[in-house]
Amino acid sequence: MSIVLKGGKILDKKGERSLDVSIGTDGKILDTGKKLEGDTEVDCSGCVITSGLVDLHVHFREPGNEEAETIETGARAGAMGGFTALVAMPNTEPATDCLAVVEQIKTLGKKSSCEIIPSAAMTIGREGKEMVQMGELVDNGIGIFTDDGTGVQDPQLMRRLMEYSTGLESRLGRPVVLAQHCEVHELAEGGYMHEGEWSSLLGIPGQPSEAEELMVMRDIALSKMTGARIHFQHLSTLGSVQMVREAKAAGLPVTAEATTHHFTLTDSACSCYDPVFKVHPPLRTESDVKAIKEGLEDGTIDAIATDHAPHSQHSKEMPFDQAPPGMLGLETALSLSLEHSGLDLPGVLGLLSWQPAKIAGVDDRHGMTVEKDNPANLCVIDLDETWTVSGKEMSSRSSNTPYEGWNLRGRVRHTINNGLLVVFDGESTK
Amino acid sequence: MSLDFETPPDLSKHLLGIEGTTREQLELILELTDRFAEIGKRPIPKVPALRGRTVASVFFEDSTRTRLSFESAARRLSADTLTFSAGSSSLSKGESLRDTVEVISSYGADVLIVRHSMAGTPQRVSEWTNASVINAGDGCHEHPTQALLDCYTLKQQRGSLDGMSIGIVGDIRHSRVARSNVLAFSSLGAKVTLIAPQTLMPPSLNNWPVEVSNVLDDVISDLDACYLLRMQAERHSKGLIPSLREYAKDFGLNGRRCEMLSKDALILHPGPTNQGVEITAEVSTDPRSIILDQVTNGVSLRMAVLFMLLGQHETSKQDEVQE
Repeated sequence: MSIVLKGGKILDKKGERSLDVSIGTDGKILDTGKKLEGDTEVDCSGCVITSGLVDLHVHFREPGNEEAETIETGARAGAMGGFTALVAMPNTEPATDCLAVVEQIKTLGKKSSCEIIPSAAMTIGREGKEMVQMGELVDNGIGIFTDDGTGVQDPQLMRRLMEYSTGLESRLGRPVVLAQHCEVHELAEGGYMHEGEWSSLLGIPGQPSEAEELMVMRDIALSKMTGARIHFQHLSTLGSVQMVREAKAAGLPVTAEATTHHFTLTDSACSCYDPVFKVHPPLRTESDVKAIKEGLEDGTIDAIATDHAPHSQHSKEMPFDQAPPGMLGLETALSLSLEHSGLDLPGVLGLLSWQPAKIAGVDDRHGMTVEKDNPANLCVIDLDETWTVSGKEMSSRSSNTPYEGWNLRGRVRHTINNGLLVVFDGESTK
Repeated sequence: MSLDFETPPDLSKHLLGIEGTTREQLELILELTDRFAEIGKRPIPKVPALRGRTVASVFFEDSTRTRLSFESAARRLSADTLTFSAGSSSLSKGESLRDTVEVISSYGADVLIVRHSMAGTPQRVSEWTNASVINAGDGCHEHPTQALLDCYTLKQQRGSLDGMSIGIVGDIRHSRVARSNVLAFSSLGAKVTLIAPQTLMPPSLNNWPVEVSNVLDDVISDLDACYLLRMQAERHSKGLIPSLREYAKDFGLNGRRCEMLSKDALILHPGPTNQGVEITAEVSTDPRSIILDQVTNGVSLRMAVLFMLLGQHETSKQDEVQE
């Protein structure tokens, strides 16, 4: 059965054009043009048709904590948010540090509403001690390595990981990406929010910006030394943005992402003591938010990621120190970016689709132009629809959204993953 | 301080902190305390004001003194008391804080007196129960009844805090007593100076109504009251100070510093004192020390707070106090 997206306006890297899009049974775009016909006609009037979104940073809780999220539910949440490809973080239980867990995630991913791209840990058990079998993982298509949730603390080990990764480039066919969660343990330990005016007032022990910035600084230096491809995850401070800007200007092979919550919320949110606002790195100050937005605007930051981190309600109904860090993001990222990033629509889509697709190494099938013969990974956005965020109504198995009750503008109407309508008229079909 | 807290808290429901309260609210509690202090002096220091009401101490962190003070206050008001003590770690055995609170509430408590090692926990508890909640100390955040009893004790000695110069000495960074007292003292018109090594100062003091000093000797002679905080040995093991000895030498109140202190000055400490660290034995017996008055007033103040939360809903109960 072929599908025709009718009456919409295509917006991709090449610009805007009002054309219908027909999609074949092979999962590819059959054609674009005026008044196309097909077996299933999908109304896209008043909507923008663009390439599906790509999230470099998603926590599924499978294997290990399926009560909070599974690959199936997380991918459904992703599709509802317009995503067609999600990079799975390796802090599963057991950690995704070997081929067996990678294969399990791939298998589960194939049945889901998005393409699931497993990343692998940099070190065994994410313990920061021994390298994973990086060559074997690369030979099986793994292109992103990260110990996310923690950074590799030992500078010598990090140097070796970088050196080793550069030698695997020819086997992967592109540079191996080492993605770092920058946080110096000794400075961050025992801190549950950003250290500053608010933490001082609230009596919640904080972690300073420097905990992140020192590791950003270290890894820039090591990238310069080794030539390794470093990706900075969830940048949250003004200082980090400045350092990455300078590193890029110096021609170093670094990229960076920022999360939606780091440019829409500040540490003042913690004043209600609800751990739904507890996240690592923590919500920072107004000046950090401003710096992140400037980084998004001037290209210092390459991608908007969600750091989608589902947690069960009872685990969040705990004292602030005992609740796990993390918040949902997949279903709100696009709307928040449209409204709060300060960027225009092509700018937002670049950060949410084609730029992260390139970093993830999936730009041969995601974040592509909406043209004949390209794989049909698409999302259709109604820019005018307004909606109210409700954790309970989300597709994620968890409901820990920090945006409860927010009124947002712009919503995904349809999502097409590999030629299949996985979200139709705002409802998941899978 | 006062960053974004709009309206004063409703003190007929909860006492979660000094933050946001008005001077009038604090003065009202201190006036009410006078009435309960009088009861303490009677041959039988007990009134039926809270007969039939249940006061539950919910202590996730050990504290014999604060708990005893609250329970004495509750008994003098004829309330029934329940005690729930559990290390905060018991929560990690699978039960959420909310589950625990709902279970305790279902025993029919009218007020929960909550102490916890983490800031904000009493506020969260108040969102999950119909009972009133009193913050009996939450992590490094607030300890409002301590601050109120300190204000009461100072007022008892000097008539008013207006224009007083009060120095708070010690581990400000980790002190809920300091946070509440900065707010309460300054709200009642005192000038507050925080005195500590920089590692024991809060990371930011922006918008705090305080002066700051890292050298006690520089400011001690200007103080009308010197409030010493308890120094925990663990601050040394965490590398915040070189040694307790050096701390005692630079920030402890000893005989030499007592001589620098004005003859009318007052010495306070929330207890228990670490003799030889923040205070030497000779200072504890100095006539300027009002440390024991603080303890005595603690019971009266907490009676006033319990009565404020539970007793004022029915006017007949108020009359019973007068009998």
